[in-house]
Amino acid sequence: MYAFEYHRPTSLSEVTGLVSGKEDAKIIAGGQTLIPTLKQRLAQPSDVIDLGAVAELHGIREEGGGLVIGATTKHAEVAGSDIVRRLIPELAELANGIGDAQVRNRGTLGGSICNNDPSADYPAALVGLNATVHTNKRTIPAEEFFTGMFETALELDEIVTAVAFPKPGRVGYAKFPNPASRYATVGVLVAEVDGAVRVAVTGAGPVVFRWPEAEQALSSNFSAAALNGLTVDADGLNADIHASAEYRANLVAVMAKRAVVRAAG
Amino acid sequence: MSNSPANAPVNATGIGASVKRREDFRFLTGQGTYTDDINRPNQTHAYILRSPYAHARINGIDTAAALEAPGVVAVFTGKDIAADKVNGLPCGWLIHSKDGSPMVEPPHPPLVLDKVVHVGDQVAVIIAETCEQAKDAAELVMVDYDELPAVTTSPEALKDGAPLVHDQATGNLCYDWHLGDKAATDAAFAKAAHVTKLDLINNRLVPNAMEPRAAIGEFDRATGDYTLWTTSQNPHVIRLLMGAFVLGIPEHKLRVIAPDVGGGFGSKIYHYAEEAIVTWASRKIGRPIKWVAERSESFVSDAHGRDHVTHAELALDADGKFLGLRVQTLANMGAYLSTFAPSIPTYLYATLLAGQYTTPAIYAEVKAVFTHTVPVDAYRGAGRPEACYLIERIVENAARELGIDKTELRRRNFIPPSAMPYDTPVALQYDCGMFEKCLDQALNLIDYKGFPARKAEAKARGKLRGIGLASYIEACGIAPSNVAGALGARAGLYESGEVRFHPTGSVTVFTGSHSHGQSHETTFAQLVSDRFGIPIENVEIVHGDTSKVPFGMGTYGSRSLAVGGSAISKAMDKVVNKAKKIAAHMLEAAETDIVFEQGKFTVAGTDRSLTIGDVALSAYVPHNFPLDELEPGLDEQAFYDPKNFTYPNGTQIAEVEIDPETGVVRIEKFVAVDDFGRVINPMVVEGQVHGGIVQGIGQALMENCVYDPQTGQLLTGSYMDYCMPRADDVPSFIVQYHEEAPCTHNPLGVKGCGEAGAIGGSATVMNAVVDALADLGIKHLDMPATPLRVWRAIQDASVPLAAE
Repeated sequence: MYAFEYHRPTSLSEVTGLVSGKEDAKIIAGGQTLIPTLKQRLAQPSDVIDLGAVAELHGIREEGGGLVIGATTKHAEVAGSDIVRRLIPELAELANGIGDAQVRNRGTLGGSICNNDPSADYPAALVGLNATVHTNKRTIPAEEFFTGMFETALELDEIVTAVAFPKPGRVGYAKFPNPASRYATVGVLVAEVDGAVRVAVTGAGPVVFRWPEAEQALSSNFSAAALNGLTVDADGLNADIHASAEYRANLVAVMAKRAVVRAAG
Repeated sequence: MSNSPANAPVNATGIGASVKRREDFRFLTGQGTYTDDINRPNQTHAYILRSPYAHARINGIDTAAALEAPGVVAVFTGKDIAADKVNGLPCGWLIHSKDGSPMVEPPHPPLVLDKVVHVGDQVAVIIAETCEQAKDAAELVMVDYDELPAVTTSPEALKDGAPLVHDQATGNLCYDWHLGDKAATDAAFAKAAHVTKLDLINNRLVPNAMEPRAAIGEFDRATGDYTLWTTSQNPHVIRLLMGAFVLGIPEHKLRVIAPDVGGGFGSKIYHYAEEAIVTWASRKIGRPIKWVAERSESFVSDAHGRDHVTHAELALDADGKFLGLRVQTLANMGAYLSTFAPSIPTYLYATLLAGQYTTPAIYAEVKAVFTHTVPVDAYRGAGRPEACYLIERIVENAARELGIDKTELRRRNFIPPSAMPYDTPVALQYDCGMFEKCLDQALNLIDYKGFPARKAEAKARGKLRGIGLASYIEACGIAPSNVAGALGARAGLYESGEVRFHPTGSVTVFTGSHSHGQSHETTFAQLVSDRFGIPIENVEIVHGDTSKVPFGMGTYGSRSLAVGGSAISKAMDKVVNKAKKIAAHMLEAAETDIVFEQGKFTVAGTDRSLTIGDVALSAYVPHNFPLDELEPGLDEQAFYDPKNFTYPNGTQIAEVEIDPETGVVRIEKFVAVDDFGRVINPMVVEGQVHGGIVQGIGQALMENCVYDPQTGQLLTGSYMDYCMPRADDVPSFIVQYHEEAPCTHNPLGVKGCGEAGAIGGSATVMNAVVDALADLGIKHLDMPATPLRVWRAIQDASVPLAAE
């Protein structure tokens, strides 16, 4: 790890002031990606700004019938939240399947979505549940937030403050974990939101995507059988030593069906 | 829980009792003392600059900027090592090729001179006040590399025109060795009714001990003494290899301490460059030097395991009797010969190819090959899992091809107890074993007869269920020194033990074995408690320090109890013999009238007796003592050299379910019935078996060390890609043992249990996986049977159906 200046501000305004004033500052929330990156000397920020003491970024509340989760809320907190369990129980289950217990006790919702790892679970939740990302400057629909592999719509000095989820109808998430890392090789979230069916896929491609054919099929018949014969094109899907693009395409179809079964169950 | 049909414990801490581990308090409360927990006054920190390339020429190394960096004390390269006449790391086993020529043994410098041959090869050492400063300065070391083409697999390395790892190893061949009777084997195949053929790969594994390697070197200018603290399974062996061969330090000036060590699985047997570097450099700079591996560093610097490519053929007669076995194996040695590497695919592999069977003719050919990869050496089981995997996979396939039940085919070929001792055609003599008994017990435990119903039920759920077994045998208790020496070992393989009875009745035992997870502090103390009839609290086990323990060959090859325990047993015999003489004097009786039982010396037929504690006190306060016949004191030492290997054996059975939609294999049931001879602590044995099985399952389903074939970069260099088995990947195991065939040639009747689970585990699981897929026409899958690989195999097998 290279030396850097460490800051622990206590308010959002202090954070934004620090970010804009520094040459090459990095924001740290749970540190589950940044700390290993620093330890491997793959990043050399001038400053590290720790969001851990900014109270306004943290917490879970019910708002307008939906759910608002602060950016620095940890996965374990989402998994264990009575509010989440009441409003969107499958979101709590999703959070409970991220990484391992150590990761869940440190990693945060905001950190996960800002990093936008193509194999992360939360992007599927945000896009599938038609969530809105709140920043210090604006609100961004989830589908517009995730722009590419490890890329988001955030501007350089823009900070995610919270994510708002409308109350959905039925929701199911099925994940095929990478056996080693337990990231999502493929994760599919199926949800009824505002009367429409949404199917969001993470892990399979460079960035989370919706599967329109599946959404259409499920709109008329919300059952796993409705997905029979539907496939996604393997072209453009991720490939690594654990899963070929073809295998991932298969997993998208299989996990989508299992997500529907969970949602319907 | 294990069953213990025989030998009910005499006392609550004696042989056969599941005494709770005495080590656990300090380990579970974080109070162990590992090498990295030790800090020496004025200590510096070393960082090893490693090669980023698999193969490259070094035109020059510029250390000037690094030497100027904050906190830097010294920077050394291969030139400094060479200038001080530091030698290369020695290899402890010499193999001769078929033509009688010795293996090619390239130099293995602790720091390279002008060429790197694997990613992770040691290029320079940077020593600074802190580890971070050393790492900062390492970035300032300018190494001028010319990258060269690399080769990572044995078949590719043997091809014409393959990049050479070492100029002196023509064609990258280390040796071309064979064992067995070729003519007899050819004759067996000529008369065979059926021949089963199998090509298989035994995948390369990364050992991944929980504690990464570490070393501290210290030189005392006042006395000229060196001390090395190191994460070793065998400190005396390191003292010998490093002292005598690399640095030229005599034994009396070099102390090697292996304190608490967090797992080894073989990877901490070997003498590594970092040990020599910190010891040598501590004198150069006049300060102690600590080096601790980072996990990613362990992946590219700990010796790997396995990595065989094999073609095998089994000849059978019309009744399914095995007539002959023919094996050709390519064994990847990596870039250098690690300490015991040459012996693993030869004398620890081909000698086990009879398995539990009467196969009369066996011929094995093994080519050891250099590649641009991390050196490969023993890893839990070491050669024997590779042999078991080969035999049990080909037997399983033969049964399927012949339409004979897999258990029946094994029964027809088992060596029966009545044939013991049994000379195999591959140089071993099994002393005992009841193979069919273990099979029967395991079949009963898993309800083999009920399997078809369970398979049908799984099929109704859309799952493919399979059952597979492996009946393994291993040669452990390594090793009779004269036999090992005749086969090329450059060391003896006995063990030492010293039993020191103190004046007030407590006992300290010094053992040359080393415990890094094996529970010696508990089980060895049970031996003493049992023999002397004293409370286990009164017994201390000391190991891991060359200045305390008389001598030692260390822990590997499931040898600790069979060899180290036997040495302690012999030393205890000497203590009892002397104590008996003292007791006879004190009781004014003839020595022949003295009986020793449960801690008491009694004059036979009387109530006159003394405790062993009374005798010990008299030995140190010899007022009423036969001083003209005996020396005072009660402190005895023994060396034990085994007469034969021990042969633990057993049967493991696994039932798996495969999800054809995803290719995921779940292990639903796993049973193991083992014969470890006499069992000292059933709970510890069960733990060892559990751990071994998990490593077998890991190899079969998850673990795989993958190199990029073009660049030689390690693709599985972290836990993000190298898949270690976790608790939720495995079922609860059912583990039993029997004690009806104790080892016939050591005083304790023990055989060893540390490797058994890993030896049978991979074959057991893969036989179950192939069984589950057999209906699809799949005959073999290489390990690991990952979801991708299983799904791909199902897809390929299903193509004709899908095309309809």
